[in-house]
Amino acid sequence: MGVSLRGFFISRMIQLVVTMFIVSVVVFFILRLSGDPILVVAPDFFSEEQIEQMRKFWGFDRPIGEQYLNFVAKAITGNFGTSYLAKRPAMELVFERLGYSWMLAAAAAAIGLTIAIPLGILSALKRNSFVDLIITSLSSLGTAMPSFWLGLMLIIVFSVHLGLLPVFGALEPKAIILPSATLGVGMAARLSRMTRSAMLEVLNQDYVRTAHSKGLMHKTVVMRHALRNALIPIVTVFGLQLGWLLGGSVVVESVFSWPGLGRLMIDSISVRDNTVVQAGLLFFSLSFILINYAIDVIYIILDPRIKFQ
Amino acid sequence: MTMATTQSAQQAKDIAIADLPARRSLPLQLLSILLKSPVGVAGSLIVTAVVLLAFVGPLISPHDPLNRNIRSRFKPPGFVDQSGKVYSLGNDQLGRDILSRIIAGSRVSVLVGVISVLISGTIGVIYGLISGFVGGILDSVLMRIVDGLLSIPFIILVIAISGVVGAGLSTLILILGFTGWITYARVIRGEVLKVREMDYVMAAYALGQSRPKVMFMHILPNVVASAIVLAAVQVGVTILAESSLSFLGLGVKPPTVTWGLMLSDGRQYINSAWWMTLYPGIAITITVLGVVFLGDWLRDFLDPNVRGRA
Repeated sequence: MGVSLRGFFISRMIQLVVTMFIVSVVVFFILRLSGDPILVVAPDFFSEEQIEQMRKFWGFDRPIGEQYLNFVAKAITGNFGTSYLAKRPAMELVFERLGYSWMLAAAAAAIGLTIAIPLGILSALKRNSFVDLIITSLSSLGTAMPSFWLGLMLIIVFSVHLGLLPVFGALEPKAIILPSATLGVGMAARLSRMTRSAMLEVLNQDYVRTAHSKGLMHKTVVMRHALRNALIPIVTVFGLQLGWLLGGSVVVESVFSWPGLGRLMIDSISVRDNTVVQAGLLFFSLSFILINYAIDVIYIILDPRIKFQ
Repeated sequence: MTMATTQSAQQAKDIAIADLPARRSLPLQLLSILLKSPVGVAGSLIVTAVVLLAFVGPLISPHDPLNRNIRSRFKPPGFVDQSGKVYSLGNDQLGRDILSRIIAGSRVSVLVGVISVLISGTIGVIYGLISGFVGGILDSVLMRIVDGLLSIPFIILVIAISGVVGAGLSTLILILGFTGWITYARVIRGEVLKVREMDYVMAAYALGQSRPKVMFMHILPNVVASAIVLAAVQVGVTILAESSLSFLGLGVKPPTVTWGLMLSDGRQYINSAWWMTLYPGIAITITVLGVVFLGDWLRDFLDPNVRGRA
């Protein structure tokens, strides 16, 4: 771990800060897209004067630049303002739900990887065979399917007809099965395609041919030489698909009434509780950025070609 | 990677040359290439069918998609009413024919898919073109902005914006159009960086052509193929986004018929009327599948450089 590795971390940190700055600008201005944010929350019977007072109270009478700086200054200390509806800090509401969202995303990612990696490898090894055709077709089908619809169909089969699993909420441990399977299948469809291409690329490399010509067993070549190298692009793609997973979870949480951050956001949108929407949006992006940052670091550590002096 | 790419590019060239008898017109040539790929055929058949439905839907629709009939509420698929009319996919909670509503819903999917992608594609291509062509500090700034925007999951961004701005078909099309461009910017910029160094660009400069002319006349045409491939993928993504938003009540509003709204109705009666949920979902899946297939074929056909992933 020399100077360059530290340099790498520092440059990535700077990038992280820049990215967060842009996200914060977007999040801040989204609230202003509707025009006057006060009119959105002020009850109809308020007089001009009362609205003016409210505007002052929330700081909406200040110049826009100042408002943004205030927003950032507060956000850095974890203060996103008070929920108009719950009359509690938006941050508190977000933290209550964050755990559920992470739990769901982790379960879905685990399901996705467990299905996608073996199928992707099989598909690549049996390229252009009947098995490959079946796997790639299923993967296309899974990509084309709206995740929330798959969730609804699972509810019809497993809850309505078979009565095996609960439909709503997170009251019992097995309630996570349907929502995580819904997202996991979508994730698997996307990842298996990537695993297949990563594997195919690696199988064409000279070192794999060398390993074969050394007389190594096919299985050894695949597991030791090919898969280990294919894992690197798979890890990267996994990070990119996390955006899909987080986005999909917002809709799927609503289908299953899973008490995560996504459902909090949707509920807050419908009652125009914009501080919570802002905080939710920022936290989703932050999770996405941090996980991808972690993946970048893992990638650098995994890939022996990148050497630090 | 490079070797595989060159190889596949060479293969593609060989196929293209072998497939192009000199005397046929371009549309016929394209057709003959298309017919060689089952995926391409399936994709274009599905897409053509959906687009046709969107245009001539009202002419072939078995019933009025908005016509309510309290007496035939929740009738299962294959229901025949007293006058002998068949409701092949059943009825919804207001007695409306599901098949007719699926046909009517194709219009929104096509509209949203096509217009949003046109908007986002145009913005994204111009953005990427400028960023890659001008380079320097402007390029770094523009790309950092793209990085920042990419770190907000697409559907969550769209949900937040439509939640604040409000719902409706045209609003939704604009929102999807003005957020979807981010995907193109980075890819197009990468392509521009490659094309910029080509000999023919140098030659254009040497002939004394102005920078804007080089950018639009020589570089743009050579990145259009990648943009079309991306656009095909984005049509699918956009149709899925529309259905999710309408399903959540943040997209298109009734009485406009959309597949997402039909699913939202279906969800409320999921315990009793499964057909309300099953069929609109199949419609979305088949449509997006068609677009994905067509996109895959276009990628192989137009853009052998991206083929490494196939």
